[in-house]
Amino acid sequence: MAVYEHTYKQYLGKLTPEWSRFLVIPRHAFRDVFKSKLFTAFFVICFLPLLVEAILIYLHHNVSALAILRVNVRELIPIDASFFQFWVNFQAWPAYFVMLLVGPPLVSRDLRNNALPLYLCRPFSRTEYVLGKMSVLLILLSAITWAPQLLLFLFQSYLEGATWFIENLHLASAIFISSVVWILLLALLSQAVSALVKWRVIASAGLLGIFFIPWVFGEVVNQMFLTRWGSIISLGALMRNVTSGLFGTFVQASAQITQFDGRVGREVVVNEMPLWAAWLALFVVCAICLALLSRKVKAYEVVR
Amino acid sequence: MELSETIQKQASLPDPANFAPVIDLNGLSVTFGGRPILQNLQGELRGRAIGLLGPNGAGKTTLIHTLLGFHLPSSGTAHIFGQDIITDAKQIRSFVGYMPERDSYIAKMSAVHFVRLMAELSGLPPEAALERAHEALFYVGLGEARYRSLDTYSLGMKQLAKLAQAIVHGPSLIFLDEPTNGLDPPARQRMIRLVREIRDSGKANIVLSSHLLRDVEECCEEILILKDGRLAVYCNLEEERKSNRKFLLLEIRGDQDKFAEGLGALGCEYAITGDHRVKVVLQGGTEVRDLYHLASQFEVQIRRLSYKRDSLEDIFLKAMENGHGGL
Repeated sequence: MAVYEHTYKQYLGKLTPEWSRFLVIPRHAFRDVFKSKLFTAFFVICFLPLLVEAILIYLHHNVSALAILRVNVRELIPIDASFFQFWVNFQAWPAYFVMLLVGPPLVSRDLRNNALPLYLCRPFSRTEYVLGKMSVLLILLSAITWAPQLLLFLFQSYLEGATWFIENLHLASAIFISSVVWILLLALLSQAVSALVKWRVIASAGLLGIFFIPWVFGEVVNQMFLTRWGSIISLGALMRNVTSGLFGTFVQASAQITQFDGRVGREVVVNEMPLWAAWLALFVVCAICLALLSRKVKAYEVVR
Repeated sequence: MELSETIQKQASLPDPANFAPVIDLNGLSVTFGGRPILQNLQGELRGRAIGLLGPNGAGKTTLIHTLLGFHLPSSGTAHIFGQDIITDAKQIRSFVGYMPERDSYIAKMSAVHFVRLMAELSGLPPEAALERAHEALFYVGLGEARYRSLDTYSLGMKQLAKLAQAIVHGPSLIFLDEPTNGLDPPARQRMIRLVREIRDSGKANIVLSSHLLRDVEECCEEILILKDGRLAVYCNLEEERKSNRKFLLLEIRGDQDKFAEGLGALGCEYAITGDHRVKVVLQGGTEVRDLYHLASQFEVQIRRLSYKRDSLEDIFLKAMENGHGGL
């Protein structure tokens, strides 16, 4: 089939390993995603908080810089579990917005244009398709969450010394696990919603709704029934609890509410839902997303 | 890799009858929601170009989808080049190409990017995929438009882009589902020419599904006519053509019955097909001039005499009227 020959010719060259073929999807998707200058600019901005975090770590170990800035080291936030937890939670927001921008069209565009048969008529399974589409988000979000956070952890370890590194190794695993759980959740949710609604704008709206409507509803339930179990439907609250658990900062009795019974005021201690419940709820959400993807990602849908 | 090479060798050998059939249907049935769509399809297909014919809803597309592994058979199975469609679906997909019936493309992509992506998904390394994408697009006639976004393509161009993605990885078997759908006559001619070229290259077998008899007649050697999910007729057009079983269609005036008896006495096969019309197959040493002698003998006028052969349309219409056949 050479251009000059204009005849049909078979391909007899080398083939890529089967396991690596799902990576073709993110490679081509990144080209499309970074075509938008606006998105590229936003993605660069996502690294700014990490730069601030790096500066804070650096300042803790640079006496001359502190002297120039006339700042006492005690006035700076301590570099401990809470410090890293704060930045992990902070970076969850840029990750969420990147997911909102990139996630919705990934599957919906293929479904709308009947492209799935073109993927699946090749030696390429549905699992590989979902994995490929998810890895677009997983790679992008990893670049702004756990990967730089771990580098900053190593930076802190380098400045502080080996003892600090060994004593705080659990922080590295907490950074990694909490970020991965969050980006996996985002990737699965965006793929499931994208597969379900087909239209980008509606998918984006759906993803906004999934995070904010249950949060509002959960808070209403919490206030009405003086409980924290309402947060079980709020993905943000679930992630907050899971992250606290991983960093070892989780406190079961977290809220004190003053309740007025007639004219008498009394304090009620409201317990956070247990950690296992938060993990279980996240697991259920992921399972539902996978079930939806398994139902929708098919070469052809049989109309019965 | 070894498997695909073996299949490629098989497909390019001159006499595929000695090897595994292109498609071997073993009681293949498919049911959707309790409704039978394909029922007990049996047979071996070995042609370079196999036509799937049938009215809308006959099960042509479902058969292709089942062979590609998109639907699981409810009973029976099928083999493509000896590979089972249930257990070896992934291997089968490594040596087939598929051009779907419906508009299928990836939005916001240029044609060359789209075809390259499809080649890479088939396992071609990026550089080879890019090279083959350019070649495939030139081959189908989209060379000049290859950098344009697929969203801006006309229907005919989209059909050609679909063909390019189906052949970019050099498959040994290409499924073309209604490739001429929505094409104007010149575009249709171009598509048919491409299909015939691929067929004649001997490098790939083709399964062409269509409800347009002319398309199938122009491209295919074997045809499978489906009716209500069953195999209505199998016909080897190539053998029909080779056997050259032509007949004469006579339009006569006079005593039709006596003339027919005379034909029988000459040893010819004949059939009275209507008022004044007789179909005759000449046998042995009988020639056309003998018919004129016979006509003169029985005082019958031969108003028209023409050579005919059963067209695909005749075969198709018979299949639609009659029951079910097999190979």
